[in-house]
Amino acid sequence: MTVQRFTPLQRGLHWLMAVCILAMLFIGVGMVSTIEPTYLTLVSVHKPLGMAILILALIRLAVRLRAGAPPLPADLPEPMKLAAHLSHYVLYALMIAMPLIGWGMLSAAAYPVKLWDGVYLPSILPQSDALHTALWNAHFYLAFLFFAVILMHIAAALFHALIRRDGVFDAMGPALTRDGAAPAE
Amino acid sequence: MPEPRRLTLSSAIGLLVLIAAVVACAAAAFAYTAGWFSPERLTPDKLVDAFTPPGATPPLGHRRNHAKGVCFTGVFEANGAGSELSRAQVFSHGQYPVLGRFNLATADPNAPDATVRVRGLGLMISSADGQEWRMAMIDAPFFPVSNPQAFYDLLIASASKDPNAMPTFAKANPEIVKFGDWAKSAPWTGSYAEERFNSLNSFIFVDNSGGEHPVRWSLLPAAQPVAVPPDELAKRGADFLEQEIAERVGGGPARWTMTVTVANPSDPTADPSQPWPQDRRTVEVGTLTVEKIEAERDGPCRDINFDPAVLPSGMRTSDDPFPAARSSAYAKSYDRRTAEAKDYPRTAPGASQ
Repeated sequence: MTVQRFTPLQRGLHWLMAVCILAMLFIGVGMVSTIEPTYLTLVSVHKPLGMAILILALIRLAVRLRAGAPPLPADLPEPMKLAAHLSHYVLYALMIAMPLIGWGMLSAAAYPVKLWDGVYLPSILPQSDALHTALWNAHFYLAFLFFAVILMHIAAALFHALIRRDGVFDAMGPALTRDGAAPAE
Repeated sequence: MPEPRRLTLSSAIGLLVLIAAVVACAAAAFAYTAGWFSPERLTPDKLVDAFTPPGATPPLGHRRNHAKGVCFTGVFEANGAGSELSRAQVFSHGQYPVLGRFNLATADPNAPDATVRVRGLGLMISSADGQEWRMAMIDAPFFPVSNPQAFYDLLIASASKDPNAMPTFAKANPEIVKFGDWAKSAPWTGSYAEERFNSLNSFIFVDNSGGEHPVRWSLLPAAQPVAVPPDELAKRGADFLEQEIAERVGGGPARWTMTVTVANPSDPTADPSQPWPQDRRTVEVGTLTVEKIEAERDGPCRDINFDPAVLPSGMRTSDDPFPAARSSAYAKSYDRRTAEAKDYPRTAPGASQ
């Protein structure tokens, strides 16, 4: 039998990470545009949340490699299939790269990488103006790329759910589908 | 696979518009959060920009404020008395390495020393648990203004060519008058070693049982301050402070006593322009010993951001809004100067890259 849906673990990870990553991107653009006391609050959430996303992304990648994914509909046009595959590579790469870049950026600036009171990550790079600048630029511009790819992802998901109605959305959908296409676990 | 249900053309178009609207709303919320619709929002960029007068070039590769300075290393020796106020390891009896920077409150890295009224000290104390206490203090006994927006307004007003700008500012922020009186009347000294440096901002110290203490702290010089008129200082050369402290420490360490002052319940903790009454409980917590002076070029303090929000466990920020504003602006200044590293006059090309 062909697997029609992602496993419950995959769906759970997807929706949990969706909330975390969207929160993370909003916290990121919010914190760098204010000098109010919320700046420190947002920074103090940004760092542990970033580490949580890194860990979840690595778990998710391992689960994905093991459990696979349901096939796309056979009648989906090739350019859309290509876009679907490429955007998922980009999303996985960003989920893993962004926290590492942020961690490296703080290390290259000789800042302590504080997760919460008394808990620190080790520095992963020596202080370096050039590295700090390169990583800062990467973190900044990739954040906007990340958000843009997420918007495309949402648009595509809604296109599948509302217009094509081809089961692609239900494969990751949070609710049980009407047609009982979920595989027996 | 479910059978696709047929959509009429008009309902398909309606759904496409709906999808576009969802994406547009998400993008707009993102742009709103980033401040793109709020030009009046005071951002770290705007605050840091304000240190450079309109039309002038910023000090590329340098800190945007307190741009002129000299590095030092030494030790903080805690006497153990601070432990009753904060569980931070740096207050346990013992010695802790320090890295610091004497500096001048100017955006010009080449300003003659005698032209800068406010002198500062950046300090980083490290403890064996891997934690750091960073701070940036100044020699004024209180801050010129009561909140970060007023500080930004002060920068704009003092750079303005409009003769009414400063009077208008002073009317809206009367606390500046007290600072002006201090700037005019306080004696100048011929040495960083004779200066008292003050945190000005309030922080919360947390003790071992979770008790919280709103505090400010100061470094009191061991050297006796000797008043020298500014026109006398002007004759000593543009860099006399750096030269003097290097010579002095070359002959033997310079010392300060660190004192922590605890607020009474009614004392203003959110406003660094208001000093607390003199009789507040003050605890001597240790001694700062400056053992070695190094030029900032390729010195160990050059690459450090003395961000006052970098605090060890046992300390946190209070309702004083300045540490957050300073932290955001210092980070922006650091981002900019590291991106401009090629413009910084290093002594050894490519050193410590």
